[in-house]
Amino acid sequence: MSWGFLRDLLSGANKYSTGIGRIWVAVVFVFRLLVYIVAAENIWKYERDEFECNIKQPGCKNVCFDHFFPVSHIRLWALQLIMVSAPSLLVIFHVAYQENREKHQNQKLYRSPGKIDGGLLCTYLISLILKVGFEIVFLVLFYILYDGFKVPRLVKCDVRPCPNTVDCYISKPTEKMIFLSFLVATSCLCIALNLSELSYLIFKYSIKCYLKRYIKKRQ
Amino acid sequence: MDWGALHTILGGVNKHSTSIGKIWLTVLFIFRIMILVVAAERVWGDEQDDFVCNTLQPGCKNVCYDHFFPISHIRLWALQLIFVSTPALLVAMHVAYRRHEKKRQFRKGDQKCEYKDIEEIRRQRFRIEGSLWWTYTSSIFFRLVFEAVFMYAFYFMYDGFRMPRLMKCNAWPCPNTVDCFVSRPTEKTVFTIFMIAVSSICILLNVAELCYLLTKFFLRRSKKAVNPKHQPNHENKEETKQNEMNELISDSCQNTVIGFSS
Repeated sequence: MSWGFLRDLLSGANKYSTGIGRIWVAVVFVFRLLVYIVAAENIWKYERDEFECNIKQPGCKNVCFDHFFPVSHIRLWALQLIMVSAPSLLVIFHVAYQENREKHQNQKLYRSPGKIDGGLLCTYLISLILKVGFEIVFLVLFYILYDGFKVPRLVKCDVRPCPNTVDCYISKPTEKMIFLSFLVATSCLCIALNLSELSYLIFKYSIKCYLKRYIKKRQ
Repeated sequence: MDWGALHTILGGVNKHSTSIGKIWLTVLFIFRIMILVVAAERVWGDEQDDFVCNTLQPGCKNVCYDHFFPISHIRLWALQLIFVSTPALLVAMHVAYRRHEKKRQFRKGDQKCEYKDIEEIRRQRFRIEGSLWWTYTSSIFFRLVFEAVFMYAFYFMYDGFRMPRLMKCNAWPCPNTVDCFVSRPTEKTVFTIFMIAVSSICILLNVAELCYLLTKFFLRRSKKAVNPKHQPNHENKEETKQNEMNELISDSCQNTVIGFSS
């Protein structure tokens, strides 16, 4: 069980997506998942070992690290990727359910595969709203936990058992900040893509509904 | 999900590329990604552990390392490779869109559609003409821009392409000026020069491909002006053979890259 599972999940959902949805999948694969695996994971790999405090008091380093990093950046990033991809499961379950019904009733319920209409449209819209919601929640969480998206070189720690105030140094702060900015930028891009897809679908199907009613009235 | 997955994504674009494009893709996978995964990552693996400063002051080493290496070479190369491969996705999306349109025509039973079944549409190779030409040319242009930007960023951040053995650091909290020693500087210099050389070769290949496409475009236009009849596609058989050869090469590369990266 690894990131390959997420890749298969998103590829499966890709079949029932709009064009913008496919661009979203490509952005998530290439600029978020691939960057996470080939670059970001290695930067945070030894963050605990390389976190150094100017003190010999046993336990002080542990306590300070835990105080400043309640959840590591890299774990939050991984959670964000998983939560943001999870709503695609709704679409896959819906399609699997419909295909099951088709098999039992021996009747084609969808005009053509890959066309979003009816119940699938509602499920798809809900999945888009959930994706945007999760993205925003995680960005806010990052902002609140780490006081903005900065990674300082030095943090001053005065938690027991550290005597007085102790200087603690974070490893590779500049590199971490660059990759965090990259994460924020790609998150915002994904939010923009999801919102435009949402607006596009709502607009398209409202026009369709309106035209149908207009034609019926005229008849 | 790793470099092998990127290869799968780009492998599809290979079919619709020019010959120079196929050489570029091979150079990218063998001389850049594979070298990065198999060799360079090991050379830079212990970079912070073995970065040693001549002081016992806690925190001095961290701060000096951060000062001299704002972003590690290896991460910069990984980002460069990702950005440089991304424009090919534009071509992949355009091809997928065209295939989707042809499938739609086929399903509607359009008489203009000349395919016998959906499998033929899936297997078909599109020529680089019309709107696909513009997408393809823009993708090469963006590749060139990204390569140049990253090479400049490298040069600017590391003051040339040499890795010095000794760096003098006086960032706080280091007392006065402290000597810091980089691990494996010669090996790192060798790999840096190698990666820069291969980047330059890729830039040249992209420039050559761009010139080739522009020349072909203008020649086609002048031929159309002189002779408006459609030219027969007798080049297709040779291109199919070339495609098969390139697919064989890229399949064996994929197996090697996946094997090494796992």
